[in-house]
Amino acid sequence: MAHSDSLRRSLRIVVSDYGMLLVLLAIGAYLSVVTYAEQHPTGLAAARQLAASVRQKCSDNARVLVVARNGAEDEAFAKELKSQLESSGLRVAGVVNGEPADARKALTAAATEKLDAVACHPAAASWTLFENMARISPALATTQILKPESYYWPNFLKAENLLNIANQIAVIAIVAIGMTMVVISGGIDLSVGSLIALSAVVVARLIRDYGGGTSAGTPALLVASAAAIALCALCGVFSATMITRFRVPPFIVTLGVMLMAGGEARAISEGETINQVPQSFMWLGRGADLFGIPNAVVLMLVLYGAAHVVMTRTSLGRYIYAVGGNAEAARLSGVPVRRVLLVVYAVCGALAGLGGVILASLFQGGSPVYGKMYELYVIAAVVVGGASLSGGEGRIFSTLIGAFIIAVIQNGMNLTGIRSESQEVVLGAVILGAVILDKLKNRGVG
Amino acid sequence: MTHLLEMRGIQKSFPGVHALRGIDLDLHAGEVLALLGENGAGKSTLLKSLGGAHIPDAGTIRIDGRNVRLSSPLEAQRAGIAVIYQEYNLIPALSSCENIFLGRERTRFGFLRRGERQLALELFRRLGADINPDTPCGRLSVAEQQLVEIAKAMSLDARVLVMDEPTAALSPPEVDKLLAIVRDLKSQGIGVIYVSHRLEEIQRIADRVMVMRDGQSVASSHIAAAGRQQIIEWMVGRKLENEFPSRKPSFGEPRLAVRHLCRADKVRDVSFEIRRGEILGMTGLVGAGRTEVARLIFGADRRDSGEIAVDGRPRDIREPRDAIRAGICLLTEDRKHQGLILGQSILHNYGLPNLKRFSTCGFVGHREERRTFGDYMTKLGIKAPSASQLAKNLSGGNQQKVVLAKWLEANCDVILFDEPTRGIDVGAKFEIYQLMHALAAQGKAILMISSELPEVLGMADRILVMRQGHVSGEILDVKSTSQEAIMEMAVH
Repeated sequence: MAHSDSLRRSLRIVVSDYGMLLVLLAIGAYLSVVTYAEQHPTGLAAARQLAASVRQKCSDNARVLVVARNGAEDEAFAKELKSQLESSGLRVAGVVNGEPADARKALTAAATEKLDAVACHPAAASWTLFENMARISPALATTQILKPESYYWPNFLKAENLLNIANQIAVIAIVAIGMTMVVISGGIDLSVGSLIALSAVVVARLIRDYGGGTSAGTPALLVASAAAIALCALCGVFSATMITRFRVPPFIVTLGVMLMAGGEARAISEGETINQVPQSFMWLGRGADLFGIPNAVVLMLVLYGAAHVVMTRTSLGRYIYAVGGNAEAARLSGVPVRRVLLVVYAVCGALAGLGGVILASLFQGGSPVYGKMYELYVIAAVVVGGASLSGGEGRIFSTLIGAFIIAVIQNGMNLTGIRSESQEVVLGAVILGAVILDKLKNRGVG
Repeated sequence: MTHLLEMRGIQKSFPGVHALRGIDLDLHAGEVLALLGENGAGKSTLLKSLGGAHIPDAGTIRIDGRNVRLSSPLEAQRAGIAVIYQEYNLIPALSSCENIFLGRERTRFGFLRRGERQLALELFRRLGADINPDTPCGRLSVAEQQLVEIAKAMSLDARVLVMDEPTAALSPPEVDKLLAIVRDLKSQGIGVIYVSHRLEEIQRIADRVMVMRDGQSVASSHIAAAGRQQIIEWMVGRKLENEFPSRKPSFGEPRLAVRHLCRADKVRDVSFEIRRGEILGMTGLVGAGRTEVARLIFGADRRDSGEIAVDGRPRDIREPRDAIRAGICLLTEDRKHQGLILGQSILHNYGLPNLKRFSTCGFVGHREERRTFGDYMTKLGIKAPSASQLAKNLSGGNQQKVVLAKWLEANCDVILFDEPTRGIDVGAKFEIYQLMHALAAQGKAILMISSELPEVLGMADRILVMRQGHVSGEILDVKSTSQEAIMEMAVH
């Protein structure tokens, strides 16, 4: 009895605290329905499926011609198909990797003996010459044209699409961790976009000038990255000092830092992209070591987990919520307000720096245009996730949900062919809608 | 006398709370009706129903015998009812003149007409108030703001004036002035509903008394027939032996020694000591510097000069953190905005200064925190459905107990109470007094700042009277002193 009670209570907490999750799932469901389409499988799995289908449809000693187009993927498909067919005892008359003309030639040649089937790559299967096989040779009139079975599945839910979404949003989501903490503490940090640019440029420049350029080794890459991140953390410390010592509102301070950092990034890069960085540097931005999940996504999840623990289980987390809830009352309860704000803005800066390093890794170079307008998307993720801009409220994982909502909507618009000009309009409307929804929900509950 | 206002059978429920269970209320023209009741009795809901902020679920309201439906504050205004809430409804950035006419600006085709300023000056003259109509309300004193609220009511030609705890933040001379104005309004035929916990004032100004308890009216009588003791009993529903608990104090070595504290012209060369087990009362007029002294001792403000020593050891206190480490704590005057973080749970509020005690390597031990808070909830009698309840949902008395719990856990030896029972009903007040006595008995040193003279006389072992930033007098024999004697030292 008690067990089901606590289960019900946890469920209620999940729904009310992470209500935006339902919104995300609803959008996902909608997109799944709307992008439901016929899928033509390709690749090795498709080859295997086709081989099994051929075995089923033909006699034991059947003779099969494999047809595919040019290109690495088609060649791999054909190769796998051939080996699968042969290993199950069928005879492969030949493998075509080319144009319809090549297929016609091969068919004519193969028609000397009975050809039971033509096993095609799905793209090749639609070639017009297959529509009237008798024209090529009367012996081919009974030849079956086989291709991998198509099936129905939403384009949205394809593994590569989902991973793509996660990868697209990884940098924004990571920077949004720091922004969430700043917002909960009652502030805002407009400088993150510029810090991303600054960090990307600095890391690239350090690698080029001191790390050995394109032949830099891993230690050099690590040191350069650490230096770039530390620099951005220092910018955060600077912001916090202005805020606490001179009582300048965070909006103004970080606006100033945004302009200074952006200008500095352009100065350091001399207006160009610095791309003398080694191939190995792309490991972070492009690699996918863990079960094919992009490294940046793995890093994102790890950081979110760590941030969640800090905010919910440590004194620092409590202090951040307290300062955002009522800074004066917190001070009178002995909270080291100044120190807490220093940490919060430093972390936000550092995570922006990390974002810049990831982008530099992704694009194999540093440019001052990276991170442009990112502060808006980051803040949008935080707000859509449900954190209050007046401070004291919000959850780390809600921001992740907010980031995904934005990414999913953007992805959905791409999949359904909405023009990019309209996309910004839709995105803006979504952000407003999310905030209003949150206000209504609070009014109902509170 | 005709019935100016008649309320019959007023019912109002909120989710989970049946706030008003059939209230009847009569108000005659030219009469002051004192409305009393503990926190939670339903007074606030009743006032809001009169002011059009709540619509009753059932019951009738009649003005001059006519049924009225007060479905919005505007309707209430039109019906001739003006409510002055405890937290004034003035916009600090606007001038007093603009506030008086807010929402009813005199305009022609949308442009403001002159004449408002003249009217405002006339109103202030009638009230005997020396206020510049152009000064922003944020810069006026609390007493002046109240006069602006009254002027606003008068400009509405209100027939019924409701005042909620009007003297809570006023000094004794200002209270006298207010009561004189109320008498004047009476003579003009206006009916006044006067809500207050200050029984003395009620005796001075009211014609009749009505006591509420648990959403109902439990007693209604002429003031002559209701003595202080009787009123308290009606409010609490039981016989109260004494308003203040009795105790046998025993004192030890000085725990807190303060020497030559100075801060600009707010605190001028203040020195005193508090011994173990002693309750030192500190009183004086509003602005005399009492809260400022407490804030200096606690490090909430930076002192210009002076020394603070705890248990003989001098401590350099610059921030509240230093004070807490030295064993000093402050229960602020404004508990809602300085003592608590209203949007957080009472558990988290309790834990905030004590996290180090519950954590290892920065990780907070939730179970330990919850357990110890549970103990305090029982020990202090904190009434809340659970520890996760938000601080803003508790009554004033319970909020104060949460604040006390958080400092008790911090094991403070010197406890500074600033207006500990403000806005707290009689029953809860007694509990707080008992807690203070228990703390003193444990050997703690207690400073009690209070504007309520009966409270100071009933609780303090010694009294310091502040005047304009310095100590104007010390009373060692509290039993034989009087409110007049204290007032003598406080007034300037």
